[in-house]
Amino acid sequence: MRLTIPEQEIMKPGHLACQGCGATMAMRYGLKVFGRNTVLTIPACCWAVIDGPFPYTAVNVPLFHTAFETAAIMASGIKAGFDALGKTSTNVVAWAGDGGTFDIGMAAISGAAERNDDITYIVYDNEAYMNTGIQRSSATPHGAWTTTTPVKHYKRGPKKNMVEIIAAHRVPYTTTASIGYPEDFIKKLTKAKETRGFKLIHVLAPCPTGWKAEPKYTVKLAKLAVQTNIFPIYEVEDGIKYTQNIKVKQRKPITEYFKYQGRFKHLKDDEIAFIQKKIDEDYEILLKKLS
Amino acid sequence: MKMTMMGNYAASWGAQLSRVQVIAAYPITPQTLIVEKLSEIVADGELDAEFIKVESEHSAMSGCIGASAAGARAYTATSAQGLALMHEMLHWAALARLPIVLTNVNRAMAPGWSIWADQNDSLSQRDTGLMHIFASSSQDILDSTVLAYKIGEQVLLPTLISFDAFFLSHTMEVVDMPPIEDVDKFLPPYNPEYKLDVNDPRSFGALTSEEHYYEFRYKMQEAMDQAINIIKKEGKEFEKLTGRYYDLIHPYRCEDADLILVTSGTIAETTNVAVDELREEGKKVGNLKIRIIRPYPKQDILNVIKNCKKIAVIDRNISCGYHGIFAQELKSALYNETNIPVWGYLAGIGGRDVKIENIKEIADDTLKSDKPEDLIWKGVKL
Repeated sequence: MRLTIPEQEIMKPGHLACQGCGATMAMRYGLKVFGRNTVLTIPACCWAVIDGPFPYTAVNVPLFHTAFETAAIMASGIKAGFDALGKTSTNVVAWAGDGGTFDIGMAAISGAAERNDDITYIVYDNEAYMNTGIQRSSATPHGAWTTTTPVKHYKRGPKKNMVEIIAAHRVPYTTTASIGYPEDFIKKLTKAKETRGFKLIHVLAPCPTGWKAEPKYTVKLAKLAVQTNIFPIYEVEDGIKYTQNIKVKQRKPITEYFKYQGRFKHLKDDEIAFIQKKIDEDYEILLKKLS
Repeated sequence: MKMTMMGNYAASWGAQLSRVQVIAAYPITPQTLIVEKLSEIVADGELDAEFIKVESEHSAMSGCIGASAAGARAYTATSAQGLALMHEMLHWAALARLPIVLTNVNRAMAPGWSIWADQNDSLSQRDTGLMHIFASSSQDILDSTVLAYKIGEQVLLPTLISFDAFFLSHTMEVVDMPPIEDVDKFLPPYNPEYKLDVNDPRSFGALTSEEHYYEFRYKMQEAMDQAINIIKKEGKEFEKLTGRYYDLIHPYRCEDADLILVTSGTIAETTNVAVDELREEGKKVGNLKIRIIRPYPKQDILNVIKNCKKIAVIDRNISCGYHGIFAQELKSALYNETNIPVWGYLAGIGGRDVKIENIKEIADDTLKSDKPEDLIWKGVKL
């Protein structure tokens, strides 16, 4: 039998994640590909807690916890240290949430991308500051409720487009992914591992707690985000070569995605129609960029 | 080999002689020359190091932390605003127990924009857990860099080496460059017991409950206490190698002094000259240079000042709402131990020049006064 998901399990059980945590699934896949010759650095985010309290750890590879805004440079520093010591084959992976990436970590990410440091940056995107209790980030989509965007004043404005920002640095590889499509995610992790220079993988990782969804819907939501085109799956090589990795023949209406989540339930028909229009427009823009 | 060089270049060569393996740095006046020179040294192949040209000082310190955690010897340099931006990561470096060396050219904090000498930048980092040296000559800068790695790598604490903007950073002085072979004998390669190692996977800095955190701080304090003896031991080893001895404090003509001036940085060097002149005038004045403020050399200070009648501290810094920081530190060391009165003077803040005659005036004022004061604004124009 041909296996599309590596059999090896690096991550150990006993972590502290919530039921149905998408970020934990993302890590499991990530470590399957990156393997034991890998060092992780994790800033403040859910995974800073999920890994477990001192002196325990769940990831089973060396892990350096770091400050919120520093995942990218911490990975660059670790990589430089290993290079200086001749340990050039070790993979150095920054593993951060959307707040630590889209907001507070932007300067360091841009710096590492511009220098083309040989690191892989993986942002598991649960679309808000979930570890501090569901506050909006610049990855929170238009229309969503969070504790700092209450229903009366829900998040307005588009989600920041991280892949486009990173692609504009002309880095070798940047891509979206979804834990609902593990084979695609595995391919991308493999490509990142095998590519030298700066790589960023933006993986959608639903959060049942913050999205007000049942834990059993994590994978379903990760698929529906792709099937409704609100989170298209594509990659950009060298900042110019766009490839759509998962083609959606007939996109589903956004209500299919929203109906499993409490964070959008306040939206009225006209607001949903507006969001649908924006999704379709953004998708058309993306199609024009495909190589 | 004797060479003439600016204080900044003494820092660069100190890093080169220490064979630093990773440099992460960002430009800021008046520090920039340090990392410019290091860029050349690395580009010319005179130092085998990775150089990360980071996008901020926050990242400069973070990059050093990553490199040091990986097991490499790491170095950076900054000034004022840059040091303030690093603040979060100074705590990180110290609590992660990584023996990084950071050079800071003491420069006044903005606003108003100033590039001139002032110690408020580095003294604002006093409680981050770094050992903190105030160098007072170019030779001191170079030698302190080598010593800081030797000491820091034993006690697992980072070190901040500060020195005055322009008065030292851009002033040419003669520096004796020890041969690198001698430095190699003194400073072996960095090989920490705990580091990021794929064959021994560990988590560093994980979620820590109240069951453990308190003890982490205890261990840091223990390391600071141990550092006092190690600084002295390595100072003596270094003296065997170079003939130059470095201690936590450097008293000058204090043995029989009625008045001891307490100083740091370049003001300390000027004060030595002032003391000679005062002595010629028949005044029994000494100068106690504080070279290292963390760990604080309380016992050494008490031993030096025990027989004097008065102490005057000169601070090129202020903790607004209280007074000069060296004066605060000294008074806290004296409390419960002695009743010698202390006068606290401010001078040189924002780079205003402190001349020999200013120091002599401080000495004369103190000798004449019979009422100690916490805060005397020398030369303030109102």
